Amino acid sequence: MSVITYRQALRDTLRAEMQRDENVFLIGEEIGHFEGSYKITEGLLKEFGPRRVRDTPIAEEGFVGAAIGAAMLGLRPVVEIMTINFSLLALDQIVNHAAKIYGMFGGQCSVPMVIRTPGGGGQQLGATHSQNIELFYSFVPGLKVLAPSTPAEAASMLRAAIRDDDPVLFLENLGLYNTKGEVPDEPDAEPEVAQIGRAAVVRPGTDITLIGYSRMAGVALQVADELAKDGVSAEVVDLRSLRPLDRTTIVESVRRTGSAVVAEDDWLTYGIGAEIAATIQEGAFDWLDAPVARVAMAEVPLPYAKSLETAALPCAESLAAAARRTLRATGRLR
Amino acid sequence: MAGKTTRRATRTAPAVSTPDAEDLTDLFRRMLLVRRFEERAAQAYTQARVGGYCHLNLGEEATVVGLTSALEPEDYLFTNYREHGYALGRGIPAGRVMAELYGRSTGVSKGWGGSMHMFDVQARLMGGYGIVGGQVPLAAGAALAVSYRGGREVVMCQMGDGTTNIGAFHESLNIAALWDLPVVFAVVNNQLGMGTSVQESSAEPELHRRAAAYRIKGVRVDGTDVLAVREAAREAVRLAREEQRPTLLETVSYRLRGHSVVDPARYRDPEEVERAKEADPLPLLRDRLLKDGVLDEERLAALEDEVRQEITAAAEFAESSPHPEVSTLFDHTYATPVPNTEPRLPADALFTV
Repeated sequence: MSVITYRQALRDTLRAEMQRDENVFLIGEEIGHFEGSYKITEGLLKEFGPRRVRDTPIAEEGFVGAAIGAAMLGLRPVVEIMTINFSLLALDQIVNHAAKIYGMFGGQCSVPMVIRTPGGGGQQLGATHSQNIELFYSFVPGLKVLAPSTPAEAASMLRAAIRDDDPVLFLENLGLYNTKGEVPDEPDAEPEVAQIGRAAVVRPGTDITLIGYSRMAGVALQVADELAKDGVSAEVVDLRSLRPLDRTTIVESVRRTGSAVVAEDDWLTYGIGAEIAATIQEGAFDWLDAPVARVAMAEVPLPYAKSLETAALPCAESLAAAARRTLRATGRLR
Repeated sequence: MAGKTTRRATRTAPAVSTPDAEDLTDLFRRMLLVRRFEERAAQAYTQARVGGYCHLNLGEEATVVGLTSALEPEDYLFTNYREHGYALGRGIPAGRVMAELYGRSTGVSKGWGGSMHMFDVQARLMGGYGIVGGQVPLAAGAALAVSYRGGREVVMCQMGDGTTNIGAFHESLNIAALWDLPVVFAVVNNQLGMGTSVQESSAEPELHRRAAAYRIKGVRVDGTDVLAVREAAREAVRLAREEQRPTLLETVSYRLRGHSVVDPARYRDPEEVERAKEADPLPLLRDRLLKDGVLDEERLAALEDEVRQEITAAAEFAESSPHPEVSTLFDHTYATPVPNTEPRLPADALFTV
């Protein structure tokens, strides 16, 4: 095992996949000469040249659509959209084209592409640059949406996304790029390829289920540690895949623990947590000892001022507070 | 307004090479096939055998045949939603095109696409697209894939006049020009985007001139003249194949009917409708071929008969083809199967309690 950052895990994986498969190429704004707005693609233009690391004009609809068209002919483009906010400019191409082409034409043509893009608030970037709108894509059949929370997941899931024949929206997070974690050293062995569509119980427990994805999965682990000090055994489910959604893992966990809190970085109303809560009530109604609680971003355009931004974002304290409330309701905490 | 456009188009039509009688007859026959197909499609639509929207190529037959006859079999074609004729032009049997309109499993898209979304992987018809402008970035991307692999195929991207106002059009032309992509952008200017004229929607109504913004070649040609369209398209295809330079090729023609089958087109000026009839490419070519002795009345009647039989057979094939089985509803959601995509119909429970 070695300890690397989430950023390094992404870069190493991109590099290895490009070496493995000539059809894999990178396309996006500022990924070449500038080496990526968040330096994920650092060094790759030098190593692979402009044919395989293609800088684009600021034209999200144009270059995302071009990647889809290239994928239709069998290439495996990995698109970088600087932040998920800008993906809205390519929404028609992603939702009406990438997601539809395989089904709409009767399964004659697949679209093997990945769109890597970070979400996340907390960087004082203001309302238009701090959104978490992965829900828009998770809503659409035909797309797959992955949201890794650790460097190891980032590597194994990006590998899976690149090798998959469907369009995958690969959600990264600005707050995770510098986080560190263990990844397996696999210089010779075939590296791990994640299973798309599977959640993981990343910490087993018996008293309550905490559910999160991307940054909030890490926050949930932190809160579980804290609750352990009070003698509470919290189970943590990292969703990993937002579409398909692994309902079975969620429901089985709640059937074991009797309660759940969902932590999400997006807005509450109609959010990912709403879908999880609906799943739990349908699959674990008789096992629930308390209503499913949700911890989500305050429903405002995220402000710039640090005091306001911090107050609006979910964090360990807010998740812990909601978890304690639920635990008191179930009688697992006094 | 429309008359002015057409006069200019006629004046700038390029000189054509001399085609032989067989070639001319073939072009005429192909145009006739599109005409009779579309008439039959309209009939089937009014008989409720065809659902959804149904946009016809009536009046655009010379453009459809001129453009598609400039392509080699290995070339790729992306189109908009007015694409029945283009499917025929790529050599797809009329029965499979009609069956798609009827929503049958023998259709080009297995009944999943309908009138607006025809696709055939063998014919390299890379899709009709229902969203205005949606196909333009895709076509640029397909050309990028050709270029990436060092191939010699060309990508043709057909679109309507209204598409030249959408952002995707400009982004794609910019990208294609910057990256030297082997693509031909073919704008079928039928002078109306639904009910809005080109003059009302485009600040530069000579659409081919928009090429100047991307330093690519812009050409305007009379879209009612099949030879002129083919000649111009061949040159654009050559430029793409040999020099990796995109072209913006504008063809000017008329729509003989409304925007779709159900549109009575009451917004149209009667004089303009009259001009459209006068510019109908089928009688124009027929009269020319009769006058030049390429065809005689007997041969013409035989062709009509042949095409009619082909269309009748196509409709019968569509009519007798099976509807897709409900059990196939979940066959095409994902190309790579993954867990937790189990089929679920509206009344099915997520979990059995």
